[in-house]
Amino acid sequence: MDRRVTRIAVEAGASAAIIALIWIYTASVDSYAVSPMPDVLDSFRRAWLFDGVTEHIVPSLVRVALGFGVAVLVGVTAGFLLGLSRTASAIAQPVVSFLRAIPAAALLPPAIVILGVGNSMKVFVIAFVACWPVLLNTSDGVRELDRTMLDTARVYGIGGLERLRLVILPAVAPRIFAGMRVSLAISVLLLVTSEMVASTNGIGHFVFLAQSQFAVADMWAGVILLGLIGFVLNVAFEAVERRVLRWHLASRQSS
Amino acid sequence: MLLEVEGISKSYRSGSTVTEAVGNIEFGVREGEFVSVVGPSGCGKTTLLKCISGLMPPTTGRTLLRGQVVTEPPPELAIVFQDYSRSLFPWLTVERNVALPLRHRTDIADKDAVVSEALAAVGLAKFAGHYPFQLSGGMQQRTAIARALAFQPKVLLTDEPFASVDAQTRAELEDLVLRVRERFGITVLLVTHDIDEAVYMADRVVVLSSPPSTVQTILEVDLPSPRHQVETKLLPEFGRLRAEVYASIMRDPDAPSPASVA
Repeated sequence: MDRRVTRIAVEAGASAAIIALIWIYTASVDSYAVSPMPDVLDSFRRAWLFDGVTEHIVPSLVRVALGFGVAVLVGVTAGFLLGLSRTASAIAQPVVSFLRAIPAAALLPPAIVILGVGNSMKVFVIAFVACWPVLLNTSDGVRELDRTMLDTARVYGIGGLERLRLVILPAVAPRIFAGMRVSLAISVLLLVTSEMVASTNGIGHFVFLAQSQFAVADMWAGVILLGLIGFVLNVAFEAVERRVLRWHLASRQSS
Repeated sequence: MLLEVEGISKSYRSGSTVTEAVGNIEFGVREGEFVSVVGPSGCGKTTLLKCISGLMPPTTGRTLLRGQVVTEPPPELAIVFQDYSRSLFPWLTVERNVALPLRHRTDIADKDAVVSEALAAVGLAKFAGHYPFQLSGGMQQRTAIARALAFQPKVLLTDEPFASVDAQTRAELEDLVLRVRERFGITVLLVTHDIDEAVYMADRVVVLSSPPSTVQTILEVDLPSPRHQVETKLLPEFGRLRAEVYASIMRDPDAPSPASVA
């Protein structure tokens, strides 16, 4: 208990110290690019509490949720198919290698041309780029399943879809979550990118607009919000992971 | 004959080389019998077990269980593997691990009772809610044995089940399997490299040669039941049987030197 309290105190103290340093620095530097902390905080309040929530925050969150959700669904499904079937894997290999190598930014112009500048474009771009870590982790995880574990399932008559649901999915879950963590970060990144390039609302759009209008304090307020959102999403993800993979994390600790 | 192994052989081809792991194995197991299969290291015991159980198709030969050819692991058969940590499902508690194979067993009325009984039989009643990683190696293997028991098999195949635990736990588990087999009337086939264990546990010992393995000898074990770790092993008959098995393995010119056989 003591160690934990000490650790939290140290973390809180360090954070406070860093914020204090930034405050002092921004107040002392006389550049248009560096807004003093009070100005940024004021912009933050005005922009996000609470008008900006429906106008920008909600659309952004919806897009990232949909994009990430589709990425995970497609990634896990395709990952299983490729992991379980050697032929499917052989056929898909060159296609997968090429598609995932396309730099995200290069996807934006074609996406805009094909899907326009609406939500579907952004969700598509997020899903397309974010699905690869999940897909590859899942298929690798399936291919590396332990022989003894699979033999055990066979001996005890667990086959087909049941085996997939009761044995293979839990066994591959740690790998899937590892892939999902990377996908989440990619999803947020692509949300911001797509909103900056082609959008009429959203936090990314807000930041881009603020910059182009030299509303520097607003810009920083948007950046800080994005950081906070990324942070919160990660914390939420880790909480879910801890719950679902209780058995895995605990067993890793004890070994 | 409950289980008949007829002319099983298994060869592996990799590129142009063909490795004959199992040459020609022929023996039978009567209902209620305990048969040990022992041989020098690398004689293909595990491969043989996989062929007998239907996990692996043999190159030639076949296994008959109650007169039916085995092509897939039959429902009357359970296996306890050597590596319990990879055989148990780490995301399930002990209880759920034992209960999982019973999912579709409509012939078992009270599944909970069967699971409790199996856990009690192996002495893990208090650990039903634990996860495998929280248990010692011996306890994990006991969980695997309980799972096999709850499945209510006619035949239990065990692949060097005690090789991964320490000597004292090994003795405990040996006696556990004998007790449980007595109580539930299961036919057991034990594959092991340990000569003492092979003789101690069995009604008959099948001695294999080195690869391509064939049956060197089959010995009847006429020791009194129930077996006892100290008393049985003090009997002159035990020593004689042990020596005979050892000699049979040594007689094989390709068998590894004494230092490498248990």
